[in-house]
Amino acid sequence: MKFQGKVWKFGNDIDTDLIIPARYLNISDGSELAKSCFIDVRPDFAKDVSSGDILIAGRNFGCGSSREHAPLAIKEAGISVIIAKSFARIFYRNAFNIGLPLLESEEATKGLSEGEEIAVDLATGKIKSIGGGKTFSAHPIPDFMRELIKMGGLVEYTKRQKGH
Amino acid sequence: MAMTITEKILALHAGLEEVSPGDMIEAKVDLAFAHDVTSPIAIKVFNEIGTGKVFDREKIALVADHFVPNKDIQSAQQAKLMREFAGEQKIKHYFEVGEAGIGHVILPEKGLVLPGQLIVGADSHTCTYGALGAFSTGVGSTDLGAVMATGEIWLKVPPTIRIEYEGNLQAGVVGKDLILHTIGLMGVEGALYCALEFTGEVIRRLPMNQRFTMANMAIEAGGKSGIIEPDETTLAYVAERSSLEPLILKGDPDAKYEKVMEIMVDEIEPQVAFPPSPANVRPISEVGDVQLDQVFIGSCTNGWLEDLRDAAGILKGRRIARGLRLIVIPSSPWIYRKAIEEGIIETFLDAGAVIGPPCCGPCLGGHMGILAEGERALSTTNRNFVGRMGHPKSEVYLSNPLVAAASAVLGRIGGVDEL
Repeated sequence: MKFQGKVWKFGNDIDTDLIIPARYLNISDGSELAKSCFIDVRPDFAKDVSSGDILIAGRNFGCGSSREHAPLAIKEAGISVIIAKSFARIFYRNAFNIGLPLLESEEATKGLSEGEEIAVDLATGKIKSIGGGKTFSAHPIPDFMRELIKMGGLVEYTKRQKGH
Repeated sequence: MAMTITEKILALHAGLEEVSPGDMIEAKVDLAFAHDVTSPIAIKVFNEIGTGKVFDREKIALVADHFVPNKDIQSAQQAKLMREFAGEQKIKHYFEVGEAGIGHVILPEKGLVLPGQLIVGADSHTCTYGALGAFSTGVGSTDLGAVMATGEIWLKVPPTIRIEYEGNLQAGVVGKDLILHTIGLMGVEGALYCALEFTGEVIRRLPMNQRFTMANMAIEAGGKSGIIEPDETTLAYVAERSSLEPLILKGDPDAKYEKVMEIMVDEIEPQVAFPPSPANVRPISEVGDVQLDQVFIGSCTNGWLEDLRDAAGILKGRRIARGLRLIVIPSSPWIYRKAIEEGIIETFLDAGAVIGPPCCGPCLGGHMGILAEGERALSTTNRNFVGRMGHPKSEVYLSNPLVAAASAVLGRIGGVDEL
């Protein structure tokens, strides 16, 4: 899987309340949630993000609540992949379960800036800036998570595993 | 091979002789929990998987606790969806408003959590049950939907960080202070992907409610779970509530830990977490002048009967500061009733507090105490992120119930000794 898009850059410890505040948790629909994604921290995000764009963050991205509304809002907003130094563990599970890939790369987090156009190869973990010539590598995605993404998420995986 | 208590529980539920940190396992689940906010997506996922029936109608708990009694039409729709699903699937442990309180409080209270069990819940504070010696962790709605269909979950065996608390606690210092102090030391990602194990002589002397408070906030250090090995206190709590035989597991003496930390508690003061992070803690003596608009006592962290008792002990014969709102929410109907019988509720009312019905309330900015722009609250809850309890420009500070009660009287954050 390969993705290309513009970088949206965030800092450390971006919690699920910042991704989608609790006042929107009376909504379960992904495309509705996407309209309020990052509303308190970057009100223009939902309006300006383009399909395929890539989110880059520091450490512990997605900490806090287990709300799946958070990765769902990001995915439905159009983000193709998130690259961070590290992810909070429930967010990590949730993202792969719904088919939103994540990569861990400290060097990409440090070396890339807001608005840069980059290309990401999920299979090799290679990240490169278009035009800038910079390349970075990410930790390889564990086999199990790669399988989940290939199948499109946990629903399809469970169906096949269990023969349902 | 020597294993920690967490590894033993996971091995047992995966049908394996032994497991090591990093192993990917498929484990059988003893109890799967969801609430009115996370169950709608879990039910959608369950329907997509298409088994038609849940794996075991007695091993699923659905609790209306977040936006109930419903705060608006959309949240009413979500609660209705969960109610109808529970009816269709004949879910045994479905708790409706009136019978329900906060899930993390009523499930142990009703004897549905036992030592040695593996529990997953579509709520990050599912780690609370680790206080009873269960492996218990928060997951998302898709995970929970798949568990409802199959009864199994994929898990990566976490390494364990063992924290030993030794010495003697000062008066007025409780489990909440120990966990805030610990999160302050470790940082919000200090236990990322790890199991936290709380042990030592201080933990052995800690009552059940304070153990729940500590396990509850393991997630605030990034932990996958928080666990306390079962002892007499655990077994006495469980025996009062369940007729089932608990599985008492303990870690092997030569088990391998990712890290062992020793914390001497003698010098620890009541702790206050400043916004916007539970790791941003200061001892009460270094708080300075922080004026308050609201104090909230409640939540899955600190809405236990003993917490209300502690707070009422401070408020007895006193009035809260003029212009300040004190919101008290007992975490379960049983706690509410006991608090009435013991005169705790009367003390709160006399002091000028408002009492809410058992639910999560303002903890996550749901309802019953949302903050306006620029307002400041002290709360006995678990998170103080930006906008957590309302307006993005409001502020949340975290403390134990004693400090919360004293601060409600003072009108600013302060300790019991300042009254």
